[in-house]
Amino acid sequence: MIKLIPYSLQFIAGIAVLVAAMSFKSIDRPVHGQVKIQLEFYVGNEKLVLDTFTYKNNLGQLYTISKFKCYLSNISLIQTNKKEFTTSEYYLVDEDDVDSKVINLENVPSGEYSSINITIGVDSIHNCSGVQSGALDPVKGMFWAWNTGYIFMKLEGHSPESKSPGNIFEYHIGGFKEPNNCIRTVTLKFEKSTLSVLREEASVIKIKVDLSEILKTPTTVDFPKLSSVTDFNNATKIADNYKDMFTIIEVK
Amino acid sequence: MKLKSISIICFLMMMLGLLYSFAPDNPYFAISKKDVAIKVPKGFPKPYYDFTKNKVTPDGFNLGRKLFYDPILSNDYFTSCASCHQRFAAFAHIDHPISHGVIGKIGKRNVPALQNLIFQKEFMWDGGINHLDLQPIAPITGEAEMGETMEHVIYKLQNDSVYPKLFYKAFGDSIVTTENFLKSLSQFLALMISADSRYDNYLKGKETFTKPEEEGLKIFRAKCSSCHKEPLFTDNSYRNIGLKPDSSLNDYGRKSITGYPDDFMKFRVPSLRNVEMTYPYMHDGRFKNLQQVMNHYAEGNFFGINLDHELTKTVGLGATEISNITAFLKTLTDKTFLYDRRFADPNFRQ
Repeated sequence: MIKLIPYSLQFIAGIAVLVAAMSFKSIDRPVHGQVKIQLEFYVGNEKLVLDTFTYKNNLGQLYTISKFKCYLSNISLIQTNKKEFTTSEYYLVDEDDVDSKVINLENVPSGEYSSINITIGVDSIHNCSGVQSGALDPVKGMFWAWNTGYIFMKLEGHSPESKSPGNIFEYHIGGFKEPNNCIRTVTLKFEKSTLSVLREEASVIKIKVDLSEILKTPTTVDFPKLSSVTDFNNATKIADNYKDMFTIIEVK
Repeated sequence: MKLKSISIICFLMMMLGLLYSFAPDNPYFAISKKDVAIKVPKGFPKPYYDFTKNKVTPDGFNLGRKLFYDPILSNDYFTSCASCHQRFAAFAHIDHPISHGVIGKIGKRNVPALQNLIFQKEFMWDGGINHLDLQPIAPITGEAEMGETMEHVIYKLQNDSVYPKLFYKAFGDSIVTTENFLKSLSQFLALMISADSRYDNYLKGKETFTKPEEEGLKIFRAKCSSCHKEPLFTDNSYRNIGLKPDSSLNDYGRKSITGYPDDFMKFRVPSLRNVEMTYPYMHDGRFKNLQQVMNHYAEGNFFGINLDHELTKTVGLGATEISNITAFLKTLTDKTFLYDRRFADPNFRQ
């Protein structure tokens, strides 16, 4: 027993050396941090309130919004030295689901970032390779059963000007094949200051999502003429509109 | 003495119970590993279906089969997949031009046969669905078919007394997910391979044809096989064969999927395997029998807009040719497939 003590001491010492070596090694590796993307929903300059608040479009037509959902993917952050961090995750953003409005990016390499790329939609591989899970689970109501494909964005509401039954309008936009491809990627530059990613604290990107843009440019949506888009007809027009819905509020 | 005989009876009953609990399931429905092996028939193309993402197992197949025959998937608990896909009709809906779904609602199209699905790249008459796993969502959520939402179907299965156990057996997880639900159905559907008709055995030299059947095959190869290509009896393309659109249905086929004007009234070229059993014919079931189908091609009174180029020249079929082709088409009936016990309703007691 007495003889064993030196051995066990040696063993403990060995472990200590190993742990020390490992911790030294971790200093060599790049440090990773966390980035929170906070989405804030607006209609023009007004905060979005579902159902109860009335807004006015470019043509002076009144409307309310009852639903907004969309898929964001392929989010990438670009460093000032052009290095890129990309996530392959899919995010279903839903105005009615508080948690969905904050996107957490983990393991982002520390550094200075100058812009972000966001894709609205689901790429063709995920539209063509069978049943998906997680955010892309077909139970989420963002899937077309009769013409395979994800609905990238849903905007629904009411306008007294709409000629549809119940004065509703509904824009269900999707399509991954040309010429009806509605996947749009936008680049947002951090104009005022770069985004510093550090190990200790989460960095924040606040983004304004302006739903009035979906009805505005380049195509002005006239409710009596276009109250429903639920297949490829007119879909790319709305997609070109939603391309402009993001702006950076601040990064910190 | 009396007590003794009672205890003997009790003992015997206990033994009987024990025996019963060990008794295997009805062997007619038992599925072994051998039963779920995928064998691509000689001469068939490579399957489109990727089995590396969904390996067929006896438990997965069993679950898929139970789901296929279970009306729990419909909104009224009366309509199962098998309500319209009948086994004896190669899983088409016999004698129904257009099928009816929940609460008597009438659909828009004729039910297609289910066979050799793993060799098919796209599904539905218009090819709108691009993967076998995703196909069942359309009838389940179709308003005039099973009238459900996927969310509610998953909820019902999760709260059922049996299904979570079966999902655990098949996928090692008792949480019912859309992915596992659809994959189990695919496992069942994937095995529906029809390649043992008299025609197949004739090609192998195991079967002889009558004179009309032989003649029919010759004419078929000369006049029909450019679209109904052997061995699947379809080239998996979409074509406009000059059918006038039915003004009560307003169904323009593939155009509604792609948006291309060139796809106006184009529909999938259906396989002709088991065609004897899948009447009536065409996407809207407008032809009651093979004679009417053949007359359509023979008479050539085609609705001209966007007609397929194969039909711009006269097909030219006489009465004898028609009867010979019909005789040949009946050799495509595959009794091995139609009576395959693996695809029988597991809820029936044999």
